[in-house]
Amino acid sequence: MAAVVHRVPFVGRAPYAGSRIPQPVPTILKRDPKLEDVLTVNFGPNHPSTHGVLRLIVDLHGEHVVGVEAVIGYLHTGFEKTMEQKTWWKGVTYPARVDYVSFQYNELVYVLAVEKLLQLEVPRKATWMRMALGELVRIHSHLVYLGTSALEIGAISMFWYCFRERDLALDLFELVAGTRMHTRYFQVGGLAEDIPVGFYDEARRFCERMPKAVDEYEAILNSNKIWLERTVGVGVLSGEDAIALGQTGPNLRASGVDWDLRRREPYLAYAEVDFDVPIYAGGDVYDRYKVRVDEMRESVRIIEQCIDRLEEMQGEPWIADDRKVVLPPREELHTSMESLIHHFKIVTEGFRVPEGEVYVGIESPRGESGCTLVSDGTAKPWRVKFRAPSFAALHATAACCHDVAVADLIAVVGSLDAVMGDVDR
Amino acid sequence: MGYEGVPGLVETREAFGETTLVVDPARLEEACLHLRDEEGFNLLLDIVATDYLGWGQDGVAGYFGTAGGRDLNLPSTQGYSRTPEPKLARFSLGYLLIRLADESARVRVHVWLDEGEAVATVIPVWPTADWYERECFDMMGIPFDGHPNLVRILMDDDWEGHPLRKDYPIGGEPVRFSEAE
Repeated sequence: MAAVVHRVPFVGRAPYAGSRIPQPVPTILKRDPKLEDVLTVNFGPNHPSTHGVLRLIVDLHGEHVVGVEAVIGYLHTGFEKTMEQKTWWKGVTYPARVDYVSFQYNELVYVLAVEKLLQLEVPRKATWMRMALGELVRIHSHLVYLGTSALEIGAISMFWYCFRERDLALDLFELVAGTRMHTRYFQVGGLAEDIPVGFYDEARRFCERMPKAVDEYEAILNSNKIWLERTVGVGVLSGEDAIALGQTGPNLRASGVDWDLRRREPYLAYAEVDFDVPIYAGGDVYDRYKVRVDEMRESVRIIEQCIDRLEEMQGEPWIADDRKVVLPPREELHTSMESLIHHFKIVTEGFRVPEGEVYVGIESPRGESGCTLVSDGTAKPWRVKFRAPSFAALHATAACCHDVAVADLIAVVGSLDAVMGDVDR
Repeated sequence: MGYEGVPGLVETREAFGETTLVVDPARLEEACLHLRDEEGFNLLLDIVATDYLGWGQDGVAGYFGTAGGRDLNLPSTQGYSRTPEPKLARFSLGYLLIRLADESARVRVHVWLDEGEAVATVIPVWPTADWYERECFDMMGIPFDGHPNLVRILMDDDWEGHPLRKDYPIGGEPVRFSEAE
């Protein structure tokens, strides 16, 4: 099914003209003070359908939501502060835990930012493998979104189907890195290890199966009366409002804005692969679902192309040959004093990174995931800051909740696809 | 491409392929309106607050300790290969802007502030600034003039101190419900 591409002009001159963003606080929908019989309910922070520890303070007039405010911070772990105490080298472990559903992509944005500061060249095999795993984690993330958000509005079987395929994706991560999540497989300079034997075959098998699985999901949902009732026209966000509220990724593309960093500012080797960017114009819960479902198919296409290219690179290096930054091969430590010294220096002191401030932004499953790094020239970062797409996604909660019932609120919050680890960091 | 027309522009810096505009804090809102309306930077991606207390001082490596905190002040590195370039003030606020258009572009707007110095809110320019400014206030203690709801966002409402400041003690905070409290 081909996506109809709608474009809206990139208007931003008057965010408040015709906009549904609440005033004066853009993230709080205030109830009409004249309204009587209003019940204020604390929704969360521990509630099965808030995708983690999100707390919503909801004003209800009967079944209707007349006021809403999102309260966050319950999962704040201080990753950015912690990373200031660790060497650049040790810091790779943390970003994956920030957005634990698209772990590989957060790891990627951090190593790309460090490589930008170091101005380090990465071998092409690592670049293509990063792309393959990045798209794999995009599928994983969208499966978690689809399974949980459908579960929350009653389509329980969707959860089992999505998590069935999710497990296959995690099996691939396990094959590559030994762990199913938070792999730490991307290193500054390339990959931690060579791509294991058998990965290509397994990945091809996954790519063969996945489009059929997506067809199944669509068969369950696309003509399902209840699903359509619950999603079409619910939680509408216009393209202008989405831009004003800093939305990126699927939430923005579901509002008709043709914006994908993989296409607009190609990083890694995205300029060399063939894929489509699905765009829908409705801006409702249904379109946000459609964008993600279509994206899963596109990700499969990209993974297939990556594997084709990777198979030609048999025997090529997977990590840069810069001994000041990259750990020497394990076997060299027994014979080479130089390698032993480099190994010791990197593990204990860490490598030094030139002074400067950089920002890298890439298209994660949730939108623009960014990393700002400030270095003072030593082995530890001066400042690490993540641009969390989920944080931005939750800005839109109040703007999306005009004229919705309390049950729709769950559909809206689910469709924005915020991961609380990413929101609170 | 030049940004000479930006009101309050102090200097333009190019590094690592990124453009940074240093802007006079008093004219920040004006500069942001110009960048949005004349240059088309329609989306605010992030506001990055950085504390440069102790920047470039001997023996400091990514952390500036205080007597109240655990002494993690001893650097694990052998110091600097060269002294880093001095900064204009203690705090920097970096506004990361992107132009969503066929001719896309990115720019970073920097304002430099000393402790307690306030800067105008940019919510009227980009409503998404709401939570980002609250985060800068919460983590770094930077006040924003005209923000309609400037309260803590990630930490508890009654939290003391601003955790991402360099003089915030690590391991020095009281452990709740412990015997010591």
